[in-house]
Amino acid sequence: MIELKTVETRHVPVRYFEGGSGPALVFLHGAGGLTAEDPFLAELAKTHHVYAPLVPGYGDSEECPEIRDMLDFTLHTWDVVEALGLKDPILVGHSMGGMIAAEMAAIAPNDVSRLALIAPAGLWDDDHPIPDLFATLPFEMPALLFHDAVAGAAMLTAGRDVEDPGFLQAYLVTNARQLGMAGRILFPIPERGLQQRLYRIKAKTVLIWGDSDKLIPPAYAHAFKKGIAGSQLVSIPEAGHMVILEKTAQVAEAVGSLG
Amino acid sequence: MKFTWFNLMPWPYLPDDFRETNRSVWVDIDQRLFDPAKSHAVYNTYMDLLEYADTLGFDGVGVNEHHQNGYGIMPSPNIIAAGLARRTKDAAIVVLGNSIALYNPPIRVAEEFAMLDCISGGRLVAGFPVGTSMDTNYCYGQIPSLTREKYQEAHDLIIKAWTTREPFAWNGRYNKLRHVNIWPRPIQQPHPPVHIPGGGSVETYDFCLDNTYSYSYLSFSGYLRAQALMNGYWKRVEERGVDKSPYRAGFAQTILVADTDEEAERLYSEHVSYFYNRCLHVYPGFADAPGYRTIKTIQTGALSQYAPPRGGYATLTWKELTEQGHVIAGSPETVRQRMEDLIKGLNVGNIFCLMHVGNMPADKCMYSTKLFAEKVMPKLKAMFPSWAPDYVDDNRFWTSPLKDQVTAGRLPKEAPTAADLKKTYALEAGE
Repeated sequence: MIELKTVETRHVPVRYFEGGSGPALVFLHGAGGLTAEDPFLAELAKTHHVYAPLVPGYGDSEECPEIRDMLDFTLHTWDVVEALGLKDPILVGHSMGGMIAAEMAAIAPNDVSRLALIAPAGLWDDDHPIPDLFATLPFEMPALLFHDAVAGAAMLTAGRDVEDPGFLQAYLVTNARQLGMAGRILFPIPERGLQQRLYRIKAKTVLIWGDSDKLIPPAYAHAFKKGIAGSQLVSIPEAGHMVILEKTAQVAEAVGSLG
Repeated sequence: MKFTWFNLMPWPYLPDDFRETNRSVWVDIDQRLFDPAKSHAVYNTYMDLLEYADTLGFDGVGVNEHHQNGYGIMPSPNIIAAGLARRTKDAAIVVLGNSIALYNPPIRVAEEFAMLDCISGGRLVAGFPVGTSMDTNYCYGQIPSLTREKYQEAHDLIIKAWTTREPFAWNGRYNKLRHVNIWPRPIQQPHPPVHIPGGGSVETYDFCLDNTYSYSYLSFSGYLRAQALMNGYWKRVEERGVDKSPYRAGFAQTILVADTDEEAERLYSEHVSYFYNRCLHVYPGFADAPGYRTIKTIQTGALSQYAPPRGGYATLTWKELTEQGHVIAGSPETVRQRMEDLIKGLNVGNIFCLMHVGNMPADKCMYSTKLFAEKVMPKLKAMFPSWAPDYVDDNRFWTSPLKDQVTAGRLPKEAPTAADLKKTYALEAGE
């Protein structure tokens, strides 16, 4: 049973999902956001006490104009961990969330001993330019984000009437709030200097990547592996950037290897 | 009334199959479609046309800023404006404008606008757009949801730089400058009139009203579609209890004049089609970066200025474009009537006349421009005193040039001889 709750932080009340039992685990979502019905949350909650805070502006949460740059995001998320009363939880992040998690582990290496980065953003390689997510139209998303674009499209639009003008209006507002916030660390290039901080990470780190990730291609997996001493790479076949939806159990199992 | 002759400066050589073979006229337009050698004539012709408008008595000549754009080859309007400042005499130089969030530091704009005001003898109208999402976010990499905050700081810094007579420190979020002390500064006091292009956000209405700036709606879809937006503006003006001077507002309108309505269609329809079908072919993914527009603006239902009409422009015929008011075209009397509807309907005192359209050649453009200047403009101007009697002398939103203007090229033909100089400076030499 996943519940939506609120915790106060210095800047803004933060909405978070909580559920399951076991070792404490903090999951940081990607730029697409997170819902209570997310199958990956449910999977993690089978074995862990999961806390999944929403970035301010996501879902029904309040926006926070004061969070502008990478340091703001990193420290804010530490504030959330502190406010939840957690000490050294397993830190897991997907995509944008992986970028934030990596930054958190780099800035406070003694406070994170277990880290799982699932197709994290944060690095840039001129030979493998990451497609511009902010110039991608909704109908182009499935092919970019999923190994199986058809199944992916069904997952993205599940239960929504995309022809309804009310849906379109709500979609534009949600997108402006969510991706507007994400853009502060991802636009126009999702890189804010993580490369030169990666060496500071001391956590036992597992990197999890879909083999057919077209948004952040697997070349980046190797760059992260090189940058984080002792990190382990779990490559998952027949999965794209949304590997957490396409191969939910396998990703959860790889995260589980951290304890 | 103030009529500004405006040229977007479209590239006139986009191929016939441009729409089919290219995804966007903007941002990632094909480099190979631009021919630098051909641009030499294009630029000079466009500048000639702007200068020509000055000789016909237009109140202003207008330029704007776009980047990586097939219908606006003017990434730096200030360069064009500098040329115009030298070669025009009476017209205001309307730079509409500099996207101030893009200049680092923005005092560059304070300096360049000051130079333009000084060179032109106080003829500058300073425009401060936020800039389109295509320009600001996708071409110039500004973070969408921080663009407005950065814009606001740039504005505050520029105005302070223009109006402060002592060096000051600026500890902003986006600009840290220990010694702000722009040199030169503008002729017009306290600073040149400011026009703000906007797309329907209440925040922008208030910003204009708070600062006595003119609000400009620059749209390509014409005055009929602008009614709702401008009604919103005037409603806000009323709520705020300020005067309703038509000069508080400006509007851009495509205008084409010929002897008869039929001749207008015959002469201009292919150029209008070029503009609406090829030049406005913008990839929707570049139209509106998430976070660029405020939530409030999206919730008011205002579409991006660059959102095409339902079904797209391509399906619009000359008849539809003129009837729906995207384009005002026809005989002088037809154009006068429709312009009167526009002016009274939107209550606008500043008209940005888009009189060069798409791939229009210079001769047709001169023809149309001259007819407008001689047969339409005087009648519209004559209408103003009876229509808006309280605002005939309202100069809060327009230029205040120097009485005595020097003209370019005043040097004598020949350099003086030593004897000439001796004579000229005899007294000073104490002889």
